[in-house]
Amino acid sequence: MKAFTFPQVLTDRSFHYCPGCHHGIAHRLLAEVLEELGVQERAYGVASIGCACFLYYYFDVDICEAPHGRACAAATGAKRARPELVVFTYQGDGDFAAIGLTESLHAAARGERITAIMINNTVYGMTGGQLSPTTLPGQRTTTTPEGRDPRVYGYPLKVAEILAGFPGVAFCARVAVNTPKRVREAKEALRKAFLAQIENRGFGYVEFLSACPVNWKLDAVRAAEKVNELTETFPLGVFRDEV
Amino acid sequence: MKFEVILAGFGGQGILFAGNLLAQAGMEAGLHVTFLPVYGPEMRGGTCNCTVVLSDREIASPVVTRPSALLTMNRPSFEKFVPRLKHRGLAVVNRSLVPEALAEGFPDRKFLFIPADELAEEEGFPGLGNMAALGALVAVSRVVPPEKVLSGLKAILPPERAHLLEPNRRVFRRGYEFALKKASTASRR
Amino acid sequence: MKPILVKGSEAIALGALEAGCRCYFGYPITPQNEIPELMARELPKRGGVFLQAESELAAVNMLLGAASTGVRAMTSSSSPGISLMAETFSYLAALELPAVVVNVSRGGPGLGGIEASQGDYFQATRGAGHGDYHFLVLSPASIQEAYELTAKAFELAEKYRQPAMILTDALLGQMKEPLRPRKLRLKKYPKDWALTGAKGRPGRTLRSLYLGPGELRARNELLQKKYRAMRREARAKVLYAEDAELAVTAFGSLSRIVKEAVEMAREKGYPVAFVRPVTLFPFPEKPFRELAARGVRFLVVELNCGQMVEDVRLSVCGRSEVELQAFPPSDLPAPEDIYRRIKRCLAAGK
Repeated sequence: MKAFTFPQVLTDRSFHYCPGCHHGIAHRLLAEVLEELGVQERAYGVASIGCACFLYYYFDVDICEAPHGRACAAATGAKRARPELVVFTYQGDGDFAAIGLTESLHAAARGERITAIMINNTVYGMTGGQLSPTTLPGQRTTTTPEGRDPRVYGYPLKVAEILAGFPGVAFCARVAVNTPKRVREAKEALRKAFLAQIENRGFGYVEFLSACPVNWKLDAVRAAEKVNELTETFPLGVFRDEV
Repeated sequence: MKFEVILAGFGGQGILFAGNLLAQAGMEAGLHVTFLPVYGPEMRGGTCNCTVVLSDREIASPVVTRPSALLTMNRPSFEKFVPRLKHRGLAVVNRSLVPEALAEGFPDRKFLFIPADELAEEEGFPGLGNMAALGALVAVSRVVPPEKVLSGLKAILPPERAHLLEPNRRVFRRGYEFALKKASTASRR
Repeated sequence: MKPILVKGSEAIALGALEAGCRCYFGYPITPQNEIPELMARELPKRGGVFLQAESELAAVNMLLGAASTGVRAMTSSSSPGISLMAETFSYLAALELPAVVVNVSRGGPGLGGIEASQGDYFQATRGAGHGDYHFLVLSPASIQEAYELTAKAFELAEKYRQPAMILTDALLGQMKEPLRPRKLRLKKYPKDWALTGAKGRPGRTLRSLYLGPGELRARNELLQKKYRAMRREARAKVLYAEDAELAVTAFGSLSRIVKEAVEMAREKGYPVAFVRPVTLFPFPEKPFRELAARGVRFLVVELNCGQMVEDVRLSVCGRSEVELQAFPPSDLPAPEDIYRRIKRCLAAGK
């Protein structure tokens, strides 16, 4: 019988994330998957700009910082230079899908053997809750004080659905971590997104719908419940699976 | 010895190829060489030129305003570059496209008019007039031994054009011989 | 060794291969496409990686990723593409990554033109991106030197854990000269910082974000200390200094035309020296200081509106006169243009 243990991949430093933020759960799942796949000693992470830019405080693996949006390009360089590495990016929705959309899509189109994790919380968290490419219509942010008006800003970008059409993508899923069942499903998706590169099949992608209580101006419980509303625009599921 | 030549003509007349080949031959003959293609919007179509410097000493500037020799394959390049040619400088001119009467305005330059395109056509390769003109330039200037040009061709021709090695050599020889014959008739006069 | 006749751009690529460059990332732009084209042919044959990126932005970040794993890697571009890379240059410097960047520069500002220009001198030597940082900048004047300095750039980059740039232009990039691609012996330096997987050691981090009190200041002071140490790499080519009253100075391909003018002047008996900075950062201040102390005046000739002249003035520090002959990009000057200016400068000094 397996006792509850602390993943070795995580350092013993406490997360700096706000109460109710889902980064902590995603971090833990990522650490468990790296450990269970036995790739801690081959792992290479790209910490991009955003709330998760301090990834290197929490993960005892090699980690490189990339400029905002460029994580998938930096990951491409590292993986091409040393194919034996297991390379992942950990990015927010602004990083992956706004400033870095070009780099993200082209890495996926090339079928780079990397795993990209996008934390989709519909706002720029670190800079204080501004409009992001995944902000919902009507959602209030600090730069859309009256709510996102589709006549001005159009509609949210559904990244998992876009990537699902790319032959270079071997695994693509959208998950949430606001219920225990979903946490288990999220971990399985993450595992497969890493197998996509380890088994040399293609680009792996997992999008986490993630709560941002502070910028959503909700408490932790209500924020977790609000993730259910997000699934109406961003349905959960596996969109491509060749693993 | 320092020999500075500008080669000029229409794009597609093999100007850069001829310049490149002359530089290659010079290098194989143990000379210092520089080859400078025109660089600019002119690159695509229109007129084209390049500068080749051959010297027994290190070459400082690859850019030359007043060359000691010219190879002009068309009329616009004749009109542009002959006035810049040094006094007593040599111009090899493609008679197929440039009327000889144009030379009358420049009594202090030496001209060799050669029916470059016709010579190439007679050999069955109308596109190789550049080689006939280069043959004439090498014959009259004696800047490099002709066999260095013939051997240099091998280095310059890309593998997919290896079948053009012999045609290039043949047309080069035609131009070379034409110039020698013309020079000897001139000296007998 | 038999020489080969190659373009400057090709010589740069061959120099990189000789240095053991394993990865090349780039995006097409005139006038440097011979570099990626040669790399695309040659790198795969040698077990290396060639990848055409979706933009210069992606290319330079691929370079960042590859360099972070400790392999020798490079990118090349021309002025507008270099501007696009500038953001990541700041990160390369901050992460102290030994990466090599080649700028075969062209005329600007904006789209400018595609002719030779030295308008990127400030961009190269001052650091194009944000923050206090420098690249090590080398500027070749011949095809042979393009080959050797490119290889040397990889060595110096590793020696100082520091990005290095080759700054050249369309003139040298497109001209051909004989190259002797000789074997070069380059030093290797330990890479105890490289991200190769945390096997038998704790995880390593390459980062530039420092939020703790005093951390960023300490970080900057370390970088500045390194830039000061790099001064020992400053190099210049000096000719005819003994009897000179005027020293004519230029860098890169333009220095070839300037040298021709200096030789024309010396043949006529004019007391003229020639100074060519080989490293642009660190700038070789010493020959300028020494000549100025002897009362030698300076004529700086540039293929821009006057940029290196500021470094000459800083080196001379008011001890002598410094004049500028600027040729904004369009047509190349002839040696005669510079020769006439030399004569005027000398006459004015009498």
